[in-house]
Amino acid sequence: MTSRDAAWSALGQVRDPELDRPITDLGFVATLTVEGSAVRAELRLPTYFCAPNFAWLMVADARDALAALGARAEVVLLDHFASEEINAGVAALDDFATSFGGRDDPDLAALRATFERKAHVAAQERLARALVGAGLDPDRLRTVTLGDAARLAPDEAAAVARRRARLGLATGYALCDDAGRQLDGERLPVWLRFARTVRVSIDGNAAFCRGLLETRYDLALPPPR
Amino acid sequence: MYTKDGQSYFIVDGHTHFWDGSPANQINRYGEGFIKCFYDYHANLSPAEYKWPMEHFERYSEEDMIHDLFEIGYDDIAILQSTYLTDWYVNGFNTTAQNGEMAERHPGRFIVNGRWDPRDGENGLAELERLNERWHLAGVKLYTAEWRGDSKGWKLSDPWAYRYLEKCEELGIRNIHVHKGPTVYPMNRDAFDVADVDDAATAFPGLRFIVEHVGLPRLEDFCWIGTQEPNVYGGLAVAMPFIHSRPRYFAQVIGELLYWLGEDRLLFGSDYAIWQPKWLIEKFVDFQIPEDMQGEYGVLTPDIKKKILGLNAARLYDVKVPGELQVHEPAESGPIGSSPEPTAATA
Repeated sequence: MTSRDAAWSALGQVRDPELDRPITDLGFVATLTVEGSAVRAELRLPTYFCAPNFAWLMVADARDALAALGARAEVVLLDHFASEEINAGVAALDDFATSFGGRDDPDLAALRATFERKAHVAAQERLARALVGAGLDPDRLRTVTLGDAARLAPDEAAAVARRRARLGLATGYALCDDAGRQLDGERLPVWLRFARTVRVSIDGNAAFCRGLLETRYDLALPPPR
Repeated sequence: MYTKDGQSYFIVDGHTHFWDGSPANQINRYGEGFIKCFYDYHANLSPAEYKWPMEHFERYSEEDMIHDLFEIGYDDIAILQSTYLTDWYVNGFNTTAQNGEMAERHPGRFIVNGRWDPRDGENGLAELERLNERWHLAGVKLYTAEWRGDSKGWKLSDPWAYRYLEKCEELGIRNIHVHKGPTVYPMNRDAFDVADVDDAATAFPGLRFIVEHVGLPRLEDFCWIGTQEPNVYGGLAVAMPFIHSRPRYFAQVIGELLYWLGEDRLLFGSDYAIWQPKWLIEKFVDFQIPEDMQGEYGVLTPDIKKKILGLNAARLYDVKVPGELQVHEPAESGPIGSSPEPTAATA
């Protein structure tokens, strides 16, 4: 027996890889029905032509998250040009390889990793901004530890830690490059400048997708958390 | 031309369409899905008084277009971009010939851009020569996500694409507009990836690559390429309409672009009929970076706006601009673009 709350919070662990937000916050879960141990979720996206690779990842991840509850899980994607192929592939427990070309496919793994890294960069930029806002000397950004950062900006530091866990990056520094190395010397200002562009891009895309979803389905979504 | 507060702006609308997306022209559900997707863009980002009913949006008349662009829309010159999509639309979405015939009825108003598709091989090269002879092309619009039979797209770095870029150089077609769409297969790759533009821009320094909608949703990747390649430009179609619904986001995007590419490499485009130039131009001229963001992004001067709204495109397309509408003083500060390589966060 699965509760609807448990199913909803399981879906809340599934993120749009590109927008780095839970699909439940993005309004992508159109319906969720629970009957005994059978759970069915219908997902919807902002456009008919949203990138099929990301769509496939979200449907497959949602299916996995619900199945992990011990439920008989069914997840279907609505109103998408590749709905049929994606739904058939995920329902048959196929991996991306069978449906289109490979979930364990190195290219798809690399694609996911690219967006995990971008999300990590953007989260660090938000942290750096919060730290300076909380009074930290900008020169200390090179050396401040994540533990110290968590005392000054707990939410932003926790967000960085979550993304690092997903990437398997182990470092004590609050800010680091993609390899976990300290941003020493002259590297920091340019790195931060580019990180800001990454953050602007992700936040902007999330807002645009949200607006398009509202237009497409005539919705008024609650404000983002 | 648009005049406000004693400043006059010469307008080159770098991205316009004269399309037929009507049901009568649709071949399949993809054609239907495509125009509906455009319509949602239109409906989501347009001010209420500029929203059209779907039937009008699918197929507007030539008179509508002339009225919206030139009679009320302030455009001096509009660039017609060709988008074929012949697997989805019976007569194509808007072909070079359709655009060209319309342009010939309105001398001096339009620049007609052609297109090519590397999957057409040798025949396509000959067709490009014919198109150029007939329509005197100064540019082309490339749609890398276009479906063709089993193929769901191509890359600028494909060997056959290089053959076509060589042909463009030979014919003097120097402006290469690149539209990145979301539907490229194989689906395990990132369809919005702009890395192939980087390769082509390096290989063809004599051509200019205008990346439409400034690489959105990959703004950061586009900015990065812009710092590496001096012949990469940004078309602001899709980005500029945020000025109405999300002005603070627009301020960030334009601020980022000015930082990385500078004021000489950004081109206005309405993407008509998705959006109309009238309100975009009025709002852009009135726009300023919000005060609390000016420390990061600076301010938009009238000269910057003049360049973006028309002078930059006029330079690329050899359009004569009356002397009093030119900007004479050099840019105050150069972009980061041509400076020694910075270290990217995610490169």
